[in-house]
Amino acid sequence: MSEPTVRWSRKDLLGIADLSAAEIQLILDTASSLQEIERRPIKKVPTMRGKTVVNLFFEASTRTRSSFEIAEKRLSADTLNFSASGSALEKGESLIDTALNLQAMAPDLIVIRHKHPGAPHLLARRLRAGVINAGDGAHEHPTQALLDAFTIRQRKGRLAGLKVAIIGDIEHSRVVRSNIHLLQKMGARVVVAGPRTLMPVGIEKLGVEVAHTLDEAIADADVVMMLRIQLERQGRMAFPSIREYFQMFGLTAQRLLRAKPDAIIMHPGPMNRGVEIASDVADGPWSVILEQVANGVAVRMAVLYLLSGVHEEAR
Amino acid sequence: MSDQLTAKATILDGDEMARIVRRMAGEIAERNRGVSDLLLIGIRTRGVPLAEALAAEISRMEGHAVPIGVLDITLYRDDLSTIAQQPVVKETLLPPIDGAVVVLCDDVLYTGRTVRAALDHLVDYGRPRSVQLAVLIDRGHRELPIQADFVGRAVPTSADEDVEVRFSATDGADQVRILKRAAQPSREPGAR
Repeated sequence: MSEPTVRWSRKDLLGIADLSAAEIQLILDTASSLQEIERRPIKKVPTMRGKTVVNLFFEASTRTRSSFEIAEKRLSADTLNFSASGSALEKGESLIDTALNLQAMAPDLIVIRHKHPGAPHLLARRLRAGVINAGDGAHEHPTQALLDAFTIRQRKGRLAGLKVAIIGDIEHSRVVRSNIHLLQKMGARVVVAGPRTLMPVGIEKLGVEVAHTLDEAIADADVVMMLRIQLERQGRMAFPSIREYFQMFGLTAQRLLRAKPDAIIMHPGPMNRGVEIASDVADGPWSVILEQVANGVAVRMAVLYLLSGVHEEAR
Repeated sequence: MSDQLTAKATILDGDEMARIVRRMAGEIAERNRGVSDLLLIGIRTRGVPLAEALAAEISRMEGHAVPIGVLDITLYRDDLSTIAQQPVVKETLLPPIDGAVVVLCDDVLYTGRTVRAALDHLVDYGRPRSVQLAVLIDRGHRELPIQADFVGRAVPTSADEDVEVRFSATDGADQVRILKRAAQPSREPGAR
């Protein structure tokens, strides 16, 4: 592994779009060093002792929130969880007021998920604390893209030159947007596919190729990333039926034969078996879905570690 | 780090370093009556080639391979809240240490803070039977009550000097030099 060429100097992690390839590599290399901690009998280091991290989740999340929480605890930070239900937010408090109240308790970092794009950016401008975007609407989900890249790099040894197919609801996915930015910065080729109704107009402007069928997208792919179909949004009728979706864009073992023989299958979770992915594929030898979850902790530790070293003067 | 450094004196050349490593290897084997359960752990960065050199020498003398570990103490530093940016974390690679006779190896012993961090790191891994400390250069100026069990050479230095240790394995040559800072020192936090 080569020596990192940059030092981390950002107060916040708001999106992948702002990051340089060198900064992405620094995060991934740091995560790779930190991963050793989970193999120890005592899975904890004192690095963030005395630092307070607030997890501010305005949208439901199990995986991401628990992943951040484990990462914070492994670094010895004190953690505080706020979720939308039961908080003052339900009582009509504005985001800024909630945040200023939290600031009064002097946290060092705030991890935020919010349904509105840009909510983390608003907090970042107003608060002294560092802000980590854990998903803002359909905008970005930087730590998910970082853990995806980490998983790909671990399996393939590199990112540059790989063909990555991303399939599903491209329109509503923050995971896609962060992944497109990251994979392209690191030199991978990205092909997206999904129903036309879930394909944003002008997506090519981000530099990706658009395929119209699943088969075309995954042909010779090194990585196939399946996205969750948001069943709760199905009232909007983006496609006729779940059965038809599975026939058109569901990943089966048969269809996977078109990808490279050593292709890996990823899914950011939570997955709908039999909707976007067949069960035998999700549980099959190609699947790295649970590795993604495990790697998420190391990647979030790396982000917390790097951000917590940016001190008051820089803020 | 941006201070100008000028070479003041070469205190060890390759031959002297080799003799010192041989002597230290002998002392380690003698003190521990052989090599059973012995584990040499190098503290990144320059402790690693020292551990390797000592292990090779002990193996040659005793006819048994001596295992090596690598320790990165970054996450245990006591100055993370005072330095401007987080130092790069490197991986720690340790075999099981429970019951082992650990010899921590580092190139230069200075304030003792690195060794304190290394000890904290070790106990998170397990419970060695004992822990000893081997350093190539002891330059004084301790800030913590820590002493080495095996010392290559004690070298009196002043705070505006730096000790530079080079190993052929990592730096192309075996050599120890004293460097003098041209500018007035603001001592690098985390210096040994």
